[in-house]
Amino acid sequence: MPIILSLLVGIIFGAGLTFSDMVNPARVLNFFDVAGSWDPTLIFVMGGALVTATLGYRLVLAHKAPLTGGKFHLPIQRQIDLPLVGGAAAFGLGWGLAGFCPGPALAALVSLEPKVWLFVIAMLAGMTVTKVWRERQSSKEAQ
Amino acid sequence: MPKLRAIKCGGNIMTGFAPVQGLVGGVLIGLAAVLMMFTLGRIAGVCGIVFNALTTRDPLNTQWRVAFIVGLPLGALLVTLVGLKDWSSLSFPVAMPTTIIAGFIVGIGTTFGSGCTSGHGICGLARFSVRSLVATATFIAAAAATVFITRHMI
Repeated sequence: MPIILSLLVGIIFGAGLTFSDMVNPARVLNFFDVAGSWDPTLIFVMGGALVTATLGYRLVLAHKAPLTGGKFHLPIQRQIDLPLVGGAAAFGLGWGLAGFCPGPALAALVSLEPKVWLFVIAMLAGMTVTKVWRERQSSKEAQ
Repeated sequence: MPKLRAIKCGGNIMTGFAPVQGLVGGVLIGLAAVLMMFTLGRIAGVCGIVFNALTTRDPLNTQWRVAFIVGLPLGALLVTLVGLKDWSSLSFPVAMPTTIIAGFIVGIGTTFGSGCTSGHGICGLARFSVRSLVATATFIAAAAATVFITRHMI
């Protein structure tokens, strides 16, 4: 049951990213290009998503537990630290270079454009490298 | 100054302002985030889900993550099949090496920063998370600075 629900959520998410054209790097890059060929469409995408999510979360989190049981898994970290800001800055650099963030890149795999597939493979490699590096760091600290 | 072709980010391909499509698509994305919380009690942050699917060895918690990831291109396919998406409009102004480097940096950055546009920019802001506000402001500013430098300075 959770698997089917999650698949359905992914489909709605992917449909939203596609219909809003966030899968199109040219459009995303043009949003950031205020000094050039500016395209403010992304504001409407973020706005629509944010208003819906804010109102929806309010209704959902009033419940005691999610539909399939268990509990609501909400992030508990609070501190503003270097990994957060440095990581976000690095992500922004990559986003600004290619015009892709992770969600749209995965949805756009359907286009069968080789660049999209290479972006996703490189992204998975970046995640794996970070994971390995972190494990080494924590095992060093443990010694 | 010589143009650095390999990291040149675009022969400015114009895209028409599409507020209605943007808004409808945005509402669908928000709806997906709400349904994820309502049904599974999870944040619909794409990179967090991908990272955990990639690195967690717990099959029960991997299955729903993989299902969500598979759903993303399926949703794109669905929109295409009903005739609402023409992929020929997809323009990729960036060279291959830049794309690969960017993907790698995005993978590292989103992992250290604990989130991307969906996790921080939508789910986090919808929960009024200060961490997500700082992260979102940072990655939008960094992306805008990157585009400014690659399009107007190099």
